[in-house]
Amino acid sequence: MNVQIIELVLVTIVTAATPLIIASVGELVVERAGVLNLGVEGMMIAGAAIGFAVAFLTGSTFLGALAAIAAGMFMSLLFGILAVGLAANQVASGLALTILGLGSAGLAGASFVGQKRESAASLYIPGLSDLPLVGKLVFGEDMFVYTALALVIAVSWFLNRTRAGLALRAVGENHGSAHALGLPVRRTRMLAVLFGGACAGLAGGYLSLAYTPFWSPGMTAGRGWIALALVVFSSWKPWRLLAGALLFGGATVLQLHAQAASIGLPGQVLSALPYLATILALVVLSLRNRRGSIAPGSLGTPFIPDR
Amino acid sequence: MIEAPVSKDQAAAEPLVRIRGVTKRFGSFTANDNIDLDLFAGENHALLGENGAGKSTLVKMIYGLIAPTEGTILWRGAAVALKNPEEARALGIGMVFQHFSLFDNLTVAENVALSLPRTESLKTVPDRISDIASRYGFALEPDRPVWTLSAGQRQRIEIVRCLLQDPHLLILDEPTSVLTPQEAEALFGVLDRLRGEGRALLYISHKLDEVKRICDRATVLRHGKVVATCNPREESARSLAALMVGSQVKDVKAAADRTYGGERIRVDGLNLPAGDMHGVSLQSISMSVRGGEVLGVAGIAGNGQSELFAALSGEAAARDANAIRFDGGAVGADGVTQRRRRNAAFVPEERNGHAAAPDFSLSENVVLSRHAESGVTRSGFVDYGRAQNLAGSIISSYDVRKAGPDPAARTLSGGNLQKFVVGREILREPGVLIIDQPTWGVDAAAAAAIRQAILDLAARGAAVVVISQDLDELFEISDRIAVIHMGRLSEAKPAGAVTREEIGLLMAGTASGDARAH
Repeated sequence: MNVQIIELVLVTIVTAATPLIIASVGELVVERAGVLNLGVEGMMIAGAAIGFAVAFLTGSTFLGALAAIAAGMFMSLLFGILAVGLAANQVASGLALTILGLGSAGLAGASFVGQKRESAASLYIPGLSDLPLVGKLVFGEDMFVYTALALVIAVSWFLNRTRAGLALRAVGENHGSAHALGLPVRRTRMLAVLFGGACAGLAGGYLSLAYTPFWSPGMTAGRGWIALALVVFSSWKPWRLLAGALLFGGATVLQLHAQAASIGLPGQVLSALPYLATILALVVLSLRNRRGSIAPGSLGTPFIPDR
Repeated sequence: MIEAPVSKDQAAAEPLVRIRGVTKRFGSFTANDNIDLDLFAGENHALLGENGAGKSTLVKMIYGLIAPTEGTILWRGAAVALKNPEEARALGIGMVFQHFSLFDNLTVAENVALSLPRTESLKTVPDRISDIASRYGFALEPDRPVWTLSAGQRQRIEIVRCLLQDPHLLILDEPTSVLTPQEAEALFGVLDRLRGEGRALLYISHKLDEVKRICDRATVLRHGKVVATCNPREESARSLAALMVGSQVKDVKAAADRTYGGERIRVDGLNLPAGDMHGVSLQSISMSVRGGEVLGVAGIAGNGQSELFAALSGEAAARDANAIRFDGGAVGADGVTQRRRRNAAFVPEERNGHAAAPDFSLSENVVLSRHAESGVTRSGFVDYGRAQNLAGSIISSYDVRKAGPDPAARTLSGGNLQKFVVGREILREPGVLIIDQPTWGVDAAAAAAIRQAILDLAARGAAVVVISQDLDELFEISDRIAVIHMGRLSEAKPAGAVTREEIGLLMAGTASGDARAH
């Protein structure tokens, strides 16, 4: 295997991991605030459809990405009103959001099926981007990849270093005590849900604007669910989430190469590898963390203020 | 040393807090009745009383959590109407709660930072914690996550939270209830320093030994009224216990003219480890109850009553099946339904959510505890006609007042729902009845009806165990009384031959070793 092939594999791993990183870092913030939004898949697909439509009509990838974010936020607003504002069951609201997203994205994108446009531009720095092995990997990605990395850094800094991040974790940990301390539980949660929606929308936009620059119904193909699993997998820590997404992206890409090389295992088994890897990693993690739950204490519990 | 009730210095000094004629009513229930209390800077003032005596209500008013119905609270001589705890804290009142409001997955420093004003920098918090810790001579690592800490260390976080606001009055709600003796010693050292700095401490407790050791004055509450203010160092534990539980003994029926059958409940060396952090582990509990007999179990809340109920009802199975026997049959390892099939019945303390499902109708609630008997269910199907008939006969036999033909359990008042759940069990004519807090929060008429029903059942030959924190109730209906303290049950004594003082001492855990033998 020469250097070019290795570089190609590494670049595709990053590409496969990017939508997972963006969507799951948003969901991580939502869950750290104590809300379980199972509608990631629905918000992603809405972002993918609206993002592609706007980018196609305006000819601007940037406007398309903004529209994808707006679509995700709008979807999460619906969820927030139900699950945070009205303290409805979060699991049911999230599942409904996924179904709503899949349906309405199919409707909105119906007239764009089969349309094609240019993929999002990649960074090009003369000299640096031409370096062997790392050139394309480090200096030749599109803006989504850099945004994903920036999001992980920013979220990690926000959660661990700022007072607002501390308040958000406190709200997710024990909403009763947080309320007693005078922290705005519902406002914090609503903002977290909106951030999660923006991230999921952007992740969907990445799929239709950069990963495969066209729209097709159901193109998220379960990535929203994998993003949800990654949050648990990372035990709600942003940096582990980055590693998990790369691991999952790596498994996805490697199984494709393994299939191409026809190593004698059925293709279905190889396709299942990334999911098996996720399950295995979850088992190993949960065995390691026997003492002290790592999940936010109030995760999934509706908050109803007593006065 | 401050002399009781008020020294010359104090008489001259303006009290920090002066409470005058404070009354708090919840509906028709008077929790605090015309309370007068003075707190001076530099004193450790104990607030003594049984559960339900009104201690918590009083301090919640001082801390601004609830507003008094009548009366005034004066802070440094000026009347204040505290709307919320923030206002209380602004005046300089801090409170350490019995159950900590901490975030387990956050570190010590993060927990403290959350209660500080937004203007405080997060970076200086660890240093400030270390400062306070070294000043008062205790260790607290700012970077440790809370879930790795012991109860005593957690309490220190709460104390540090309060001290960072430099309070003039610190209220401590049963601070040693979750501490080991060593941790309690360390706490007393801290409290001495705080008092030495001229702060006032209001120390809520029912542990008489502690209060005698560390408090300068004590105010005793009983049934929402101040019954005494004294110097606890000059009182004996016995006299304090008498003040707490009331010394006048009511008419106690003689146990001699009752006839007893054979032994129906036998518990031998029952051990049960605590289920969670705040739980109590039961240690070698033994008891024997004959047919026709009512055994009262007295004790201060949180000494193992719920654990004892769980063990007797089968909600928590014992390791040794022979530890519990009903009518001679070993039931220790059996579940609730199996024990019900042995003609036992159980009424837990909590009406809504434990004894009855709040959103279920009364007839559905009948099915919940009586499905094991033939009749209400037939080959897996519920016979609602029969369930409604049963509900109807409970309602008419026990005078349950309700709206509509078959309303949801939650629509009933506390007293009526309690009559219903007690009636549901007693109408089965059980041979064994275990009942926890039969009349908690129930009006006097309903309480009398429930007590009468229990006595009537015993007169028909059943063995009854009544777990209660109400001593009046236990003296009224029990043939023998035992006391549960820290998961150990004292020897049961005939109700006619035991005094309230003895029971009070056993409840406070200050009796000599032989009285606790079992």
